[in-house]
Amino acid sequence: MTTWKARLPGVTGHRLFWPVVVLVTLVAANAVYRPSFLAIEVKDGHLYGSLIDILRLSAPLILVALGMTLVIATGGIDLSVGSVVAVSGAVACLYISRQPDQGDVGTVLTALVIAAGVALLLGAWNGMLVAVIGIQPIIATLILMVAGRGLAQLVTSGQIITINSSPYRMIGTGHLLTLPFAIILALAVTLAVAVLTRRTALGMIIEAVGGNAEASRLAGIRARRVKLLVYVVSAACAAVAGFMMTANVSSADGNSAGLWVELDAILAVVIGGTSLAGGRFYLSGTIVGALIIQTLTTSVYAMNIDPQTSLLFKAMVVIVVCLIQAPAFRARFRRRRGAAAPPPVPVDQQKEQVAAP
Amino acid sequence: MSDRHPVLTMTAISKFFPGVRALDGVDFRLFPGEVHALMGENGAGKSTLIKVLTGVYGSDAGTIMLDGAPVSFTGPRQATAAGVSTVYQEVNLCPNLSVAENIFIGRQPQRFGTVNWREMRRRAGTLLARLDLDIDVGELLGGYSLAVQQMVAIARAVDVRARVLILDEPTSSLDADEVAQLMRIMRQLRDEGIAILFVTHFLDQVYEIADRITVLRNGRLVGEYPTADLPQYALVEKMIGKELDTLERLDEQAGRDLAAVETGVPVVEATGLARTGSVAPFSLTIHQGEVVGMAGLLGSGRTEVARLFFGADRADRGRLAVDGQPVTIRGPVAAIDRNIAFCSENRRTEGLVGDLSVRENIILAMQAARGWLRPVPRRRQDELVRRYVEALSIRPNDPDMPVRNLSGGNQQKVLLARWLITEPRLLILDEPTRGIDIGAKAEIQRLVVQLSDGGMAVLFISAELEEVLRLSHKVAVMRDRQLVTQLANDDSLDAERVMRVIASGAEQKGRDQA
Repeated sequence: MTTWKARLPGVTGHRLFWPVVVLVTLVAANAVYRPSFLAIEVKDGHLYGSLIDILRLSAPLILVALGMTLVIATGGIDLSVGSVVAVSGAVACLYISRQPDQGDVGTVLTALVIAAGVALLLGAWNGMLVAVIGIQPIIATLILMVAGRGLAQLVTSGQIITINSSPYRMIGTGHLLTLPFAIILALAVTLAVAVLTRRTALGMIIEAVGGNAEASRLAGIRARRVKLLVYVVSAACAAVAGFMMTANVSSADGNSAGLWVELDAILAVVIGGTSLAGGRFYLSGTIVGALIIQTLTTSVYAMNIDPQTSLLFKAMVVIVVCLIQAPAFRARFRRRRGAAAPPPVPVDQQKEQVAAP
Repeated sequence: MSDRHPVLTMTAISKFFPGVRALDGVDFRLFPGEVHALMGENGAGKSTLIKVLTGVYGSDAGTIMLDGAPVSFTGPRQATAAGVSTVYQEVNLCPNLSVAENIFIGRQPQRFGTVNWREMRRRAGTLLARLDLDIDVGELLGGYSLAVQQMVAIARAVDVRARVLILDEPTSSLDADEVAQLMRIMRQLRDEGIAILFVTHFLDQVYEIADRITVLRNGRLVGEYPTADLPQYALVEKMIGKELDTLERLDEQAGRDLAAVETGVPVVEATGLARTGSVAPFSLTIHQGEVVGMAGLLGSGRTEVARLFFGADRADRGRLAVDGQPVTIRGPVAAIDRNIAFCSENRRTEGLVGDLSVRENIILAMQAARGWLRPVPRRRQDELVRRYVEALSIRPNDPDMPVRNLSGGNQQKVLLARWLITEPRLLILDEPTRGIDIGAKAEIQRLVVQLSDGGMAVLFISAELEEVLRLSHKVAVMRDRQLVTQLANDDSLDAERVMRVIASGAEQKGRDQA
């Protein structure tokens, strides 16, 4: 049972197998196109290289997608994350820009707290519309998706707010322990979400609500609170992503910050194997999904693919990933080459395993 | 019958799922103009065989011949086109479409390339008239009772010019009249030459209508018998493959002493409890160690009473007391806080979370009561789950398997286990034995006796009078959303008397207020 041959079906059958294969293939393709792609060098005690860049650039998407994963697991969806990104970035930058000493750490921290507070309110608004009033999630969050952009414009008075604050810039472009700070921040939030859902019973309860809301209610789960909570968590994640994105460019643009990030986030969640119908969710899958999407975006630039066709290229890769993940498609594929392949022996082996104890 | 050719022959069919050998070399044949009962316990492979036949699953081995030609359907649609129609246990229609649309969905009568609505409604009306069903075909299907929905599903299947009609437990949610109506339709279709494959758990119905019986056990073929040659007792033995002592032992339990348990303060006491449009005011007490049986036809308000006790629906009149203390149950959470547990009759939609594992489903209610911040420690989960998987013999014995993959009876036991680990004082069981096999049914009945002997109060709802009478101390009879009477289950009470009350609602009206 412990030989690698026996384990092989277990490895290829793992839900992360195909997403990881796609990710590795993308990286390999880049490496073939431009061998220096894989190179990582140390400059001034910091790590540099294309791979590090991809990690750093994917950090905001990872954050947004993590929150999105929880929302989708409850059977909902959060279209407003892009707007929350814009609002939180705008609020933080506005506060900093109004202070005499923009480089003061205290100022930046105050800005972050205020902006995060606004984001939590927005999340609670979404949660209230969905859980308390009972509006369908796609409609409820569509409201804030549209209104949030307006709110961000209002905050920035329609201008691009530029700031000059090195502590704030640190969030986007700084380094810590040789790694870009953004990566460390994304890691920390990932860990926090993982602990929040998997070390407590929250994850299971979210999956129960998403899997069968009525059954969960009759089992004594307060589904409303759970739903409210996931929208708040989603907004919080989006806020951190908003800080990162605005810190990257030291300016807040209510119009374009976080534009379409909700779509990338939903894609990342789906690629990661979480069903849009709700139920089981996979944080690790979401992160691989986000990395795939960012690698794709980077590849499109690196390989000088015509920007006009880059979206199509991206779409094609996403379709392939989704297809090879779909059980129906794989079953058909297997049936087609079924004549050549041996009958499913592994099933028999598993059977014995189950029967043994 | 042997001089005719079978319309359908399945030979050496095998089907494997990860960890389960669902079918192992099963043969099955079906002649035109016969009703052929497919019998077996839950998990015996009946549903799998049907799904292989209709192309829902591909088979791993074996051949299927339809009219002498090998076929391999890739889906139910293809099977239907070839004349093999299926009506499933759970109604597989769209409640948000009209009756007529449901019957003709996917093959709407057309005129000039658009749907001919008038023709569609006319044909739907004719079709339903043939089944003696007088309903407005323009209404939404969801507005009708489950029984009517089932009939509509049959109407849909029959209209496709089926040569093989598969009825997978069509009667499990029908009341006696509707079953009789269905039987009449089945005979009519049989006489028209349609081959009917009939799956049911009701032995009486099998002996009433089936010409032949095929028995499966653990995914293997036990045999094929003419109904006349197989006494009921022998059939049961072949299905469960063991002695019947589990059932017999239970029969000795008959006649339970009401006076002995009806002492002290009742665990729950409803006084004039009601919900407008759902159930008329009723009063009912359940004491510690008492099993209150609830009898009545489908839709008579049995489930609605249970839901009021549990707070699944909120009562708008009357009072409820738990241990003598007046309480307001605002929702399931409040009921669970007071140690009330409720196993819904709809396991799939209101009970289990199919995606989650057996273990997670079992601890769900306990976890919900503790709140998400205090997870049940993994070791304790494993211990609880192991104990109950063993005690209720839940199979397969794999706590990490998604509960969706379990058979109906085992799903029911998982749901029971979920509530048992919360150590409830009042356990409400709504049709706990519906659609499950004899072995599991006997186990659940025995468990109810055990639990009540241990002091648990039980509200036991079932359409089967026999088991209500076997288990209950007293029987509350529902009729037209009213609790018409409560009968002490002494020697004088038998199924016939209860049936008379259900039919007339007349007897002992005076005890109503008791």
